[in-house]
Amino acid sequence: MAEPASFRVSGKGRLGSKGANFTFDGASYQGVEGDTLASALLANGVHLVGRSFKYHRPRGILSAGAEEPNALVNIERDPSRKVPNVRATVQEIYPGLKAVSQNRWPSLAYDVGEVNNIASPMFSAGFYYKTFMWPKKAWEKFYEPKIRAAAGLGVAPDLPDPDHYSQRFAHCDVLVLGGGAAGIAAATAAAESGARVILCDEQADLGGALRFEAGAMVENKPAWDWAQEAIAKLAANDRVRVLPRTTAFGYYAQNFVALAERVTDHLASPNPGLPRERLWQVRAGRVVIATGAIERHMVFADNDRPGIMLASAARTYLNHYGVSVGRKVGVFTANDSAYQAAIDLKKAGTEIAAIVDIRPASEGDAVQQARALGIEVLSGHAVVKTGGRLRVSSMAVRSVNVGAERVIPVDALLMSAGWTPSVHLFSQSRGRVAFDEASQRFLPGTYAQACVSVGASNGTDRLEATLEEAYAAGEKAAKETTGGTKSAARPAGVSGEAFAGGMLGTTPGAENGTTVAAFVDFQNDVTAKDIRLAVREGMHSIEHVKRFTTNGMATDQGKTSNMHGLAIAAEVLGKDIPSVGLTTFRAPYTPVTFGTIVGHAKGELFDPTRRTPIHPWAEAQGAAFEDVGQWKRAWYFPRAGEDMHRAVDRECKTVRETAGLFDASTLGKIEVVGPDAAKFMEILYTNPWEKLEVGRCRYGIMLREDGFIYDDGVVGRLASDRFHVTTTTGGAPRVMNHMEDYLQTEFPDLKVWLTSITEQWAVIAVQGPNSRKIIEPLVEGIDISDAAMPHMSVREGRICGVPTRLFRMSFTGERGFEVNVPADYGQAVWEALWAEGQKYGACAYGTESMHVLRAEKGYIIVGQETDGTVSPYDAGLDWAIGKKKRDFVGIRGLKRSDLVADGRKQLVGLRTKNPRTVLEEGAQIVANPREPVPMTMLGHVTSSYWSENCGHSIALALLQNGRKRMGQTLWVPMPDGAIEVEVTGTVFFDPEGGRLNG
Amino acid sequence: MRKYSVFAIAREAMRGHKGWNEQWGSPEPKSEYDVIIVGAGGHGLATAYYLAKEHGVRNIAVLEKGWLGGGNTGRNTTIIRSNYLYDESAKLYDHAVKLWDGLSQDLNYNVMYSPRGVMMLAHNVHDVQVFKRHIHSNRLNGIDNEWLTPEEAKEFCPPLNITKNARYPIMGAALQRRGGTARHDAVAWGYARAASARGVDIIQNCEVTGIRRSGNGHVTGVETTRGFIGAKKVGVVAAGHTSVLMQMADVRMPLESYPLQALVSEPVKPAFPCVVMSNTVHAYISQSDKGELVIGAGTDQYISYSQTGGLHILNHTLDAICEMFPMFARMKMLRSWGGIVDVTPDRSPILAKTPVPGLYVNCGWGTGGFKATPGSGHVFAHTIANDNPHPLNAAYTLERFRSGRLIDEAAAAAVAH
Ligand SMILES: Cc1cc2nc3c(=O)[nH]c(=O)nc-3n(C[C@H](O)[C@H](O)[C@H](O)COP(=O)(O)OP(=O)(O)OC[C@H]3O[C@@H](n4cnc5c(N)ncnc54)[C@H](O)[C@@H]3O)c2cc1C
Repeated sequence: MAEPASFRVSGKGRLGSKGANFTFDGASYQGVEGDTLASALLANGVHLVGRSFKYHRPRGILSAGAEEPNALVNIERDPSRKVPNVRATVQEIYPGLKAVSQNRWPSLAYDVGEVNNIASPMFSAGFYYKTFMWPKKAWEKFYEPKIRAAAGLGVAPDLPDPDHYSQRFAHCDVLVLGGGAAGIAAATAAAESGARVILCDEQADLGGALRFEAGAMVENKPAWDWAQEAIAKLAANDRVRVLPRTTAFGYYAQNFVALAERVTDHLASPNPGLPRERLWQVRAGRVVIATGAIERHMVFADNDRPGIMLASAARTYLNHYGVSVGRKVGVFTANDSAYQAAIDLKKAGTEIAAIVDIRPASEGDAVQQARALGIEVLSGHAVVKTGGRLRVSSMAVRSVNVGAERVIPVDALLMSAGWTPSVHLFSQSRGRVAFDEASQRFLPGTYAQACVSVGASNGTDRLEATLEEAYAAGEKAAKETTGGTKSAARPAGVSGEAFAGGMLGTTPGAENGTTVAAFVDFQNDVTAKDIRLAVREGMHSIEHVKRFTTNGMATDQGKTSNMHGLAIAAEVLGKDIPSVGLTTFRAPYTPVTFGTIVGHAKGELFDPTRRTPIHPWAEAQGAAFEDVGQWKRAWYFPRAGEDMHRAVDRECKTVRETAGLFDASTLGKIEVVGPDAAKFMEILYTNPWEKLEVGRCRYGIMLREDGFIYDDGVVGRLASDRFHVTTTTGGAPRVMNHMEDYLQTEFPDLKVWLTSITEQWAVIAVQGPNSRKIIEPLVEGIDISDAAMPHMSVREGRICGVPTRLFRMSFTGERGFEVNVPADYGQAVWEALWAEGQKYGACAYGTESMHVLRAEKGYIIVGQETDGTVSPYDAGLDWAIGKKKRDFVGIRGLKRSDLVADGRKQLVGLRTKNPRTVLEEGAQIVANPREPVPMTMLGHVTSSYWSENCGHSIALALLQNGRKRMGQTLWVPMPDGAIEVEVTGTVFFDPEGGRLNG
Repeated sequence: MRKYSVFAIAREAMRGHKGWNEQWGSPEPKSEYDVIIVGAGGHGLATAYYLAKEHGVRNIAVLEKGWLGGGNTGRNTTIIRSNYLYDESAKLYDHAVKLWDGLSQDLNYNVMYSPRGVMMLAHNVHDVQVFKRHIHSNRLNGIDNEWLTPEEAKEFCPPLNITKNARYPIMGAALQRRGGTARHDAVAWGYARAASARGVDIIQNCEVTGIRRSGNGHVTGVETTRGFIGAKKVGVVAAGHTSVLMQMADVRMPLESYPLQALVSEPVKPAFPCVVMSNTVHAYISQSDKGELVIGAGTDQYISYSQTGGLHILNHTLDAICEMFPMFARMKMLRSWGGIVDVTPDRSPILAKTPVPGLYVNCGWGTGGFKATPGSGHVFAHTIANDNPHPLNAAYTLERFRSGRLIDEAAAAAVAH
């Protein structure tokens, strides 16, 4: 049973009394509902929470928020629900929460990796660029694996994530980022002025700095209480959406802001219907950035021991969570706000060892108050080092101008170097920050989008001014977006606390020339001397400093460290801060779960699956399917005991002997309509179209500007102003785009309309000598005799009582039809045709047989015989180019010197010497199989099959000067020996083509 | 140049690392150079290094508008491989891979070339055909690339999801074992340091704003934000901004510039042993030595010079990653960014002389030029020094877009990076 928490201060904090037991590294502890893992651990006197990245130094809890660099743990809900690198300062506890420390072995207190700390003088910034180069192979075999194992923090999950994530798109007039005093005020003002508002905050409780700012008053009551009432009012307003636990992480173009809401990670047994997290993609009329400021730590020797933390964090733990972070607490500050922490702790009964203030003399209200409470204030002093190992035990203090050191025992040390405005999201919006000399900080400067920064994120220090600014901003944003005129009432009785002061860079004792470990970036173990070393080594750009030292590149992205790093670099460079510059703020503001971004797009929903109307029938027949783009296509229809090859052999034979049915519904179909339709077709395809008679079809080739084949398909002319164009399955969307592109940009004067009709028509190919007999009884109103409806013609009429566009065409070399019917009738018509087909022993065949049958005839497949480098001449399709045409897309490309040069690769057939050998598609062709590597390759096999109809294997190939090589013997080298082949024509079956009408 | 080694570090460790000197200088520009390279990315710096090292050119400057290595070199996901289809590409990229192997020693700078294997996944019959074509062609060119069954692929990369009920099940994979990654910054810095040691002036914060030519059209120097600098020869190596620069000499480039985005996860212990790329589900991934999963995909759809990414692109990329590796759905994205890549019509680079005498261009590497850095610099240096291409880059002309003699790797494979 867990011990009651002994650092809980009765009468302090805002949590209830409902206990929640949890474990950390296997030990049970008691927390209170509403605790974060950090506050609950501190309540139990636990400060040691993690280990640093490089030196494995023991680390505690630095902050009480999202900026936390040190207290990262693994949260293990169950074996498939583990999350590494969770900030203990953000994770709320729930009964049964299981947290485990990271980056240590065998245990947090005794970590073998700590030897790195002893050897740390060797591991200076960028040391790895200077070593591990000898012997050469050792990098890959030895050093790198060692480095990789030592690096990284938590352990990645190894089981599929069982949780789901959802996504919402939202629009609002005013989006307020950050729910501190400024955000609440801006949201209230915007809402009262009539705007639709979204207010988000990363914390579980809105209130921001009011969580700790106990002395602040609004409307003459504690500001926290005012805030809670304001939030309740907002939440009750149905034009306002308040989103706690929601981080605005990315600010994109045109006021598009991405928010990540954590929905269930704080619940003990979440409703399985709830998503774990929810992504909000918000398009806002105006954005109010009220993201506050983040306190900086002091950069002094050994400033990283557990128990050393930000003053505001200690104050938050006291005032919000009711936890004292120690029994005897020291303070090291350059800023007034840290005094309030000491004062609050003192009043709550915690001993304050001393306040060490680096400023020569500070005599503000806070100082007076502290003195009045009997706290020793050491102005003009600095903490120059600390003692302790797994927890700070003392601070050594001396005057800033040297002198004797005094060692003061402490069990916690609070620090404040001042506040850095959170300009991250402002900067992501492409706004430019400007350096404010007086306050030594970067503030929002030039805006790039319709947004405004208010409060601490805008550098406004006092609560009075913050509220005034925020109300005005909220009101203005509402007026601008809604056109309303209503104003919002301002609160009275406002008084805030002092935040004056602050410093950047190192403190005395850690200045240039010293070798102490004064940490700037805790997680990545970057010290002040690392930054100076980087500069010394020529890293004069702050981006170089960042990359060389890794300062600011840890999971906290330098929220507490970047400004210090910049100041230290500037100092050694002898430049001022703005001329050294700031590194870019990149999304996300804090790390975002992949799953949140993915949402439901996984498994079946990863990509839409397109199925034809005939799919269920094929499935019922036991067809195997293949993925072609997003489509599932029936690949082959195995019968009992058949493997793929047997099935395909049978299907191919059956088609040529009697007939087969093939589902061609996936073919792209585009209707090209309008008075200029033929003209448009002339431009887009190589073939002539103007003279194509109504009711006839033609095989069309589409080129790109460069003269290479882009797509092909049979086109039927339904009327003088109407073409039914088919495309390849995979090419359908890009052909449509290509057409639209030309129509809209190059030929906008043409009166043509394009409609994708792929999904509207199901297509059933009936191929084989008995194809006409099969369709005949079902067709109405169309004379399908050879005389009336020759090969390559199209008719409109009815089949099975439904409308059809009936094509007489063939991709098999047999007499054939393609029956287009409205998609909804596809399966019924298929079944009717199937029933007819059964009378003749017809089969259903899939894409594999389709491929074999067309290859037997030497018909190309775009994307298989062609690869974007093949011209119609190369493919042997010269006949499809309108010789008299003056223009079509690609005509100039075709005339380029290399496209008409000798030595191009041309489409040929190949026959293996051993007729049973089936070549591998993609295999290369050479003239001399004994040539040493690199060999001279003449071309490659594009298609290759066993042809049951021919009784031997067949292959198509692209071969250099192929048409001049007919009859030549060449070789296809395989790893186990070269295969002898003979170059042939591309047609292996029925070369005369008699069967088309047979 | 002070030699880097573990002994040097140990010596420095004892005296607080006070003895290290600048890795490269920060000289003021001279009034004239024999060769000016515009762009201090990996390719530009490597060019300068090899010009100094192998061609005895003494008076070289590299001009960089920002900080060296801050372009695509410092933004890329560092995939290295050479299993390209066409002879010209295979030879050029393999030249680079051979230089990678030994580059740390040559530069005395650990660029962390890590041949951990690059595996490309086939998800449909078409992928299989294309990859087999590559494998056969590579084998006959003496370049390693092997076919793996789904089970073998999973053995090589245990996190891989090879279940048949995936939306796009894996039908196999092509593996190049010598493929891998390297540390991008170290490549820029290593070349900068080595070039600087050979007397090359690397001048940062110096943007080229004009290219000056004499009456007969020959290049005479460049206008910069730090004034005019004379040069006998100018090599433009400016990736996404090449068109803008070449326009200054009235050369129109067959280039389009697209944003290309990438992201990393938070660092975790080793969880991913190799590089995996999938063109069909459209994403690729590796794990850096720091522990971050490094993830990317294809370019944005529209041309632009804006490096701000869009969430929708990352969305598609992460969809694909979580589809292939469902256990990573609980990982977190730490940083995302973009670079501007210069794309040619055939997705192969241009490494060539130009119609302007004395002006040379090295560009068009698009989404995949990091891997070529040493080889590209090496042959480009040869081209500039001899005013004539090296045999390995002779095919990479500007004229090929006029003649149609393309090296169309994109058409051949549609694989990026
Ligand atoms: C997100 C992303 C991922 C990528 N992934 C890979 C990968 O996995 N594998 C791979 O092989 N490749 C990858 N690439 C491509 C690769 O990064 C580039 O092809 C390669 O780095 C280009 O190097 P470079 O030296 O030519 O260009 P850069 O590094 O961009 O250098 C060009 C330099 O020119 C400078 N410059 C521009 N204009 C001027 C001017 N007017 N005056 C002076 N200087 C100027 C720029 O500031 C820049 O520093 C990726 C690219 C991106 C963006």
